Amino acid sequence: MRPLERLRAFFRERYPLGGLAEFATHKTVPVHRHSFWYYWGGMTLALIGMQIASGVLLLLYYRPSAQEAFESVRFIMTKVQFGWLVRSVHAWAANLVIFSAMVHLASVFFLKAYRPPRELTWVTGAVLLFLLMGFGFTGYLLPWNTLAFFATKVGTEIAGVVPVMGPIIQVFLRGGSDVGDVTLTRFFWLHIAILPLMVVGVIGLHLVMVQLQGMSKPLTVREERSIPFFPNFFLRDLIAWALILGAVLSVSVYWPATLGEKADPFAPTPAGIQPEWYFLWMFQTLKLVPGHVFGLEGELVAVGATGVAGLALLLVPWLDRPARRGRSHWMVLAAGILAVLYVVGMTGYALWIGHRP
Amino acid sequence: MCPRQRISRREFLRYLLKSGGVAFLGAAIYPIARYLYPPRGVESSVSTVVAATLGELAVNTAKIFRFGSRPGLLINTPQGELKAFSAVCTHLNCTVQYEPDNSLIWCACHNGKYDLNGQVISGPPPRPLEAYQVNVRGEEILVSKPA
Ligand code: HEM
Ligand code: FES
Repeated sequence: MRPLERLRAFFRERYPLGGLAEFATHKTVPVHRHSFWYYWGGMTLALIGMQIASGVLLLLYYRPSAQEAFESVRFIMTKVQFGWLVRSVHAWAANLVIFSAMVHLASVFFLKAYRPPRELTWVTGAVLLFLLMGFGFTGYLLPWNTLAFFATKVGTEIAGVVPVMGPIIQVFLRGGSDVGDVTLTRFFWLHIAILPLMVVGVIGLHLVMVQLQGMSKPLTVREERSIPFFPNFFLRDLIAWALILGAVLSVSVYWPATLGEKADPFAPTPAGIQPEWYFLWMFQTLKLVPGHVFGLEGELVAVGATGVAGLALLLVPWLDRPARRGRSHWMVLAAGILAVLYVVGMTGYALWIGHRP
Repeated sequence: MCPRQRISRREFLRYLLKSGGVAFLGAAIYPIARYLYPPRGVESSVSTVVAATLGELAVNTAKIFRFGSRPGLLINTPQGELKAFSAVCTHLNCTVQYEPDNSLIWCACHNGKYDLNGQVISGPPPRPLEAYQVNVRGEEILVSKPA
């Protein structure tokens, strides 16, 4: 026997691996004109893998304190061999993973894959998007530059507007009443320990559900064609992963991550403070809402609306009653299109204002 | 069925197990939640600081000074009057700056504007800036929170 086969035989004799292999070959993936969208989940997974790999590498030189964080990231960028590449991959993939998760979520929405029995797959997916945004929010502060410092002040101030729990959430996030060294420690803790544990757990659930239930077919698709998941679909997944890895490396080489200036808590906030692009639509909403709406503070209204939108996102499988009976309703489609238009429009508007001289 | 409502041994044990589980969770979660919530820091009880020295500020300029852990803004107005405010914007916590060209206080985050009395002129800030008292003692400009 060849060594590889001997190894395989060794494991097969000891563990019931036959069932697993059989499951993988029997599982099929439908083929139809919307199949393209089936690749975005795997793409998100690959990008999360890149985040874990590059993040673990960054940890070797990064120092989480207000005194040293900025200098340590500068050290990574200028002294450590390929440090600029590792950091740039981490920063680029951080943005792409959120983009890809958003595309994945939107495609699942418009193809109505959240219909029973896949409600909980949708919920875990939406939670994953929130967790990824948490990664972005906490990671943004870690280099301790001016932009991140003030964006975090504003971001945590907004958290304080939440009714009842707001002040508690704010102090919990900041580790005190102001953004400072303790905040950096907390964000580091969230970014490195808590969020990774949560993400790995929720991804596990999400993937187990997907594997157990298989891919859904959109309501409009009648064809019965399908291909085996393993190896046919999996190999196509691999092509997508190779492409995205190539894309991340290329943008990292041509547009490496920048660092800016070290945060100074006793300097005026410069113009152009912006959060990461995926928070811009909320930020822009906040800017446009007047100080007072119907006697309520404007921020409270904006924050409340965002909270309701987040809750609605989680509850989509139950809110779309017609889909539960296998029908599609124009109102659900319209709500989805409006939501996408709002988020894209507000983001574009914020970017346009931000880049105006 | 016996006349007196007695619970079976099985039910009793099940009840004991459930309440034990709840008690365990409570005993585990409470200290963790308290641990996660940061202890009350020694909020600096600074009430007066030396913000600048006389002559340091030309007319129609301003400087940011440390008031405990927070920034304050000391302005020498075009009229040569000294004024001090908290530099923390009442909107979302950004640090404001003095705009000499328009003689107003500006917050770059969401374009909030205040006049030289700290009152909101335009933009999203909901309240005026917290005003401080300015006293000159010898060469020193002292800023203090109103009692
Ligand atoms: C286990 C996984 C991860 C580890 C160990 C990790 C570790 C780190 C470290 C040490 C830094 C500071 C160095 C730097 O600023 O370049 C950092 C920054 C950052 N991380 Fe992560 N990270 C992980 C996952 C993620 C994920 C999934 C995201 C996705 C949204 C993310 C987003 C960011 C961002 C936006 C920054 C700031 C990047 C910059 O400005 O350079 N991280 N991360
Ligand atoms: S924080 Fe000053 S205007 Fe928003």
